[in-house]
Amino acid sequence: MKRTVFGGRLLPWLLLAPQLLITMVFFLWPAGQAVRQSFLREDAFGLSTNFVGLANYRALFRSEEYLNSLQVTVVFSIAVAVLSMGLSLLLAVAADRVVRTARVYTTLLVWPYAVAPAVAGIMWWFIFNPTIGILPYLLNGVGYDWNHSLRPSDAMILVVVAASWKQISYNFLFFLAGLQAIPASLREAAAIDGAGPFKRFWTITFPLLAPTTFFLLVVNIVYTMFDTFGIIHATTEGGPNQATNILIYKVYEDGFLELDLGSSAAQSVILMALVITMTMIQFRWIERRVEY
Amino acid sequence: MVRILATSTLALMAAASAVSAQTEVHWWHAMGGENGAKLEEIVAGYNASQQEFTVVPTFKGTYPETMTAAIAAFRAGEQPAIVQVFEVGTGTMMAAKGATYPVYQLMADMGEPFDPAAFLPAVVGYYTDTEGNMLSMPFNSSTPILYYNKDVFEAAGLDPETPPKTWEELEQFSRQIIESGAAPCGFTTAWISWIHTENLSAWHNQPIGTLENGFGGLGAELSVNGPLQVRHWENLARWQDDGLFQYGGPGGGDDAPPKFYSQECAIYFNSSAGRAGVVANATAFEVGYGMLPYYADVEGAPQNSIIGGATLWVLQGKDEEVYRGVADFFTYLSSPEVQADWHQFSGYLPITQAAYDLSREQGFYEANPGTDISIQQITLNAPTENSKGLRFGSYVQIRDIIDEEFQALLAGDEDAQGALDAVVERGNTLLREFETTSGN
Repeated sequence: MKRTVFGGRLLPWLLLAPQLLITMVFFLWPAGQAVRQSFLREDAFGLSTNFVGLANYRALFRSEEYLNSLQVTVVFSIAVAVLSMGLSLLLAVAADRVVRTARVYTTLLVWPYAVAPAVAGIMWWFIFNPTIGILPYLLNGVGYDWNHSLRPSDAMILVVVAASWKQISYNFLFFLAGLQAIPASLREAAAIDGAGPFKRFWTITFPLLAPTTFFLLVVNIVYTMFDTFGIIHATTEGGPNQATNILIYKVYEDGFLELDLGSSAAQSVILMALVITMTMIQFRWIERRVEY
Repeated sequence: MVRILATSTLALMAAASAVSAQTEVHWWHAMGGENGAKLEEIVAGYNASQQEFTVVPTFKGTYPETMTAAIAAFRAGEQPAIVQVFEVGTGTMMAAKGATYPVYQLMADMGEPFDPAAFLPAVVGYYTDTEGNMLSMPFNSSTPILYYNKDVFEAAGLDPETPPKTWEELEQFSRQIIESGAAPCGFTTAWISWIHTENLSAWHNQPIGTLENGFGGLGAELSVNGPLQVRHWENLARWQDDGLFQYGGPGGGDDAPPKFYSQECAIYFNSSAGRAGVVANATAFEVGYGMLPYYADVEGAPQNSIIGGATLWVLQGKDEEVYRGVADFFTYLSSPEVQADWHQFSGYLPITQAAYDLSREQGFYEANPGTDISIQQITLNAPTENSKGLRFGSYVQIRDIIDEEFQALLAGDEDAQGALDAVVERGNTLLREFETTSGN
């Protein structure tokens, strides 16, 4: 690799300055504010401020609602990861086998990724709406009374489907690239040895895809935890009875609707810690892979 | 390029100096759609009526969004002079003593003639302190009423001119509607919290909290788990199981209006301000209007219903000149002509007696039957301690809790007593927190 050597210390700092400034203003400063706010108890207008130490954090872990939100987030993340990765792997394997029109399929499958979360949310809201939606109408025909504004499981299914649908394209692209990177000779060799398509997939393709799968798992969990706000906001708004109130939505609800800034800040600090942990896991893995 | 820039800067400066001759009064509001257009029309009328002040209205989104935006702006020192705050935000605004400029004080300081007695008591009662001083300016107030489908009533063999008066009748009517096949559902509703908890209590002269429903101080506790409220929630759950009642969703109940418009549900409860929507959407059938039902065996019922909607709060930190403009604008806003116009257009209550009288003289109520049900309902009796409204801190959250527990009840996870006990318990925790942060 070619190394560039700078003469003085000033130039590199100068070149880095715009990026550093942006990081400072849009990340470090607000993050610092959140940490500071999480130790305070303040009324909405900021007229009285008290330092309360770790009280906001303690209150969170004693709060049934927060623990429920934590649990909901875990269920939601796993469900979305399994559903969206499973389906996209299936689609990728199928697209990988298509020889002639693979490009068309790929383009079509990538489309949903371009849809904004809020738009996706509204679309699913319409499809699933108990009063005017098409799906409850069809389900009613087979004897199931769909109502996600009352039944927690229906609400969870709705947000999982909506969130997975959006993520399938992304996963699909990575799986497809991963599949195409696997040398055909390995599979051909196994085929000559008499292994059937299932055997070949599970013993050769799947293990060789493991790095991609692991990478996608982390990305998907980060996605469900942080980027699904729009979907939740447009469909269930965390309901019914907090059944879909994931951590990121609760931060918004407590901070922006209920003006409990201290608790909301404490929650975002916890989320920040979570995302830092995940990013670290991902980086370590990438480093290992580079060495390998 | 440079020239264009220079000219546009000049133009900008010219524009700025032209504006600065008049004092700008910024007003953040939450009125979207047709009501928002009407609001701008009212403001334009005011701006054209005098030379000294310019009121600049800005639409800030939903009620919670508008309130949050104003609070965030206040923290940053960029607040508007006037902000529209919904009724459940009243407790929060009142507790923020250094941030708000009480209307009675503003009017007195600016030497603006102002008579609180001109306003309808049921409206102002909600927004006055314990000494009877008006803290914010009523603007859009409404109260829940009953809408029903006359065609379905007729098909079910009911008298299309008689809405149900009591809950017993409502149950019986709904059953008849379903059994006759006239409609698949008896009734649906918006606002479980506002209509079937708060208004239910006021309408039966029952408290929902201690210390005069919170008017008496920050130490108040919720008491919505009384026999009346438990009985009503129990009935709603039972009626849902029987198919008489369909849930319209939390908060404002977005799923409820389509159920009524599509003739699925024959009866529907919503704000009187929902009338315009009903008239616009219920084109295939005839709509009737009625007061809220009551339980006939409860003594003192019906009392009077309570209001919802929003008032205008004045925020601190502006120049005196701006406040003179605010006072002048408020006088214009509460004049009978402006109020009657707003009331007739939007379905909100006329906030002054004069505006009500004017609308009557103009023959509005005869030409538009059902429009005065709301006024009759809030003025049915002189408000009591239990029926002048409510004032709790963190009430936005408490409303959410009411919705959540009601959902748990309908889902069969809890019984009515358990759900309302949980509302009280969870609500009181929030009230105690609010007392600690604000009660200094």
